[in-house]
Amino acid sequence: MAEANVEPSIDEVWRWLEDVPDPEIPVVSVVDLGIVRDAAWERDELVVTVTPTYSGCPATAVISFEIEESLRRKGVEKIRIKTQLSPAWTTDWITGEAREKLRQYGIAPPVGEASCAGALKASGPVACPHCGSENTSEVSRFGSTPCKASWRCNDCLEPFDYFKSF
Amino acid sequence: MSTDVQTDTALFELALRMGDNTLILGQQVSAWCGHAPILEEDIALANTALDLIGQTKLWLALAGEIEGKGRSADDLAFLRDARAFRNVLLVEQPNGDFGQTLMRQYLFDAWHLPMLTALKNSIETRVADIAEKSAKEAAYHLERSEDLIIRLGDGSDESHTRMQNALDALWPFAGELTQPDAIDDELAQRGLAPDLADIKTRHEERMRAALKEATLQVPEAAIRKGGKQGMHSEGLGYLLSDMQWLQRAYPGAEW
Repeated sequence: MAEANVEPSIDEVWRWLEDVPDPEIPVVSVVDLGIVRDAAWERDELVVTVTPTYSGCPATAVISFEIEESLRRKGVEKIRIKTQLSPAWTTDWITGEAREKLRQYGIAPPVGEASCAGALKASGPVACPHCGSENTSEVSRFGSTPCKASWRCNDCLEPFDYFKSF
Repeated sequence: MSTDVQTDTALFELALRMGDNTLILGQQVSAWCGHAPILEEDIALANTALDLIGQTKLWLALAGEIEGKGRSADDLAFLRDARAFRNVLLVEQPNGDFGQTLMRQYLFDAWHLPMLTALKNSIETRVADIAEKSAKEAAYHLERSEDLIIRLGDGSDESHTRMQNALDALWPFAGELTQPDAIDDELAQRGLAPDLADIKTRHEERMRAALKEATLQVPEAAIRKGGKQGMHSEGLGYLLSDMQWLQRAYPGAEW
């Protein structure tokens, strides 16, 4: 097995990473969320650069573990996960496709651009992911995970999570 | 032997001060988990604590790196005695009631955000990177704690009285955050950290405006200080014994 040790291309590595789900929101991948910043070969070692979402997010360690596991299953032997803090992760990096997946999953995707804001309150109105109504209100700025807030739809009366613009 | 290691003392102190503040406040706030007045507040407090502990890991890991003696973030958090902690006295003040916890959070957040924002310009990139990451979270904390102290201060007679009592008890501790010592002066001169006089202006302006809106009276009081130099109140000892007992009783224990 060692003799046919052909390094997979970086494009292929990205395709594999696109299949690694976020541990908290499994409908989106760690690539969709913008958590994986880079993948590159350094000699025979594959270095994957990740950025934490919230510095206290308990999923961060699990994400690194799952990236490593999935690459190992594909046959990559030497893997290093590098953490990068700057530029700081922002919801602006969440792909359009992933926003739609979040909405279908029942989570309102982030509204507006976070990076140019600073004014966090300006993020809204948030459309209800169930009925589409914009007649919604914030229940709490913090939700089931650090990245989400709790909202409620005033029309269909369903509570829902909002992926905060950050 | 590590005698040949030249530690950048001022930079080490900066990382410890930032990390010890978030560690002690995070530890205190996390005690509310399961006890807050309503579920949403319970979650909000727990999430705030989580952010603070996350930031602590970054700062204390950096402190260990700067020190160069092989101490990890965990070593610094769990194996130092009270005298070696560099947090301000404010964050070690007891949780008290919900009003006191919120007021402590607000006085801290109103300093934390401008401090982190300024630290993004530190010439030390490792400091600037952590500040950039943490500032976003601090902005969220401040937005929430400021909203709440205004609503509760300018609320019912009961909530107003509790917030005023909290302010009377905690205001004397707010000044330490922006009171410079020789280390702060050196850090500012070297471009590692901002001039605390600038932060003081922004901290005070923000607090006074919000407290006025909250219809609260800012008391006249001398600054209570000493935490940054390791002179702590009795409460820190109890807090540390609670936080550190497992590592002390079972050295090296891991999840």
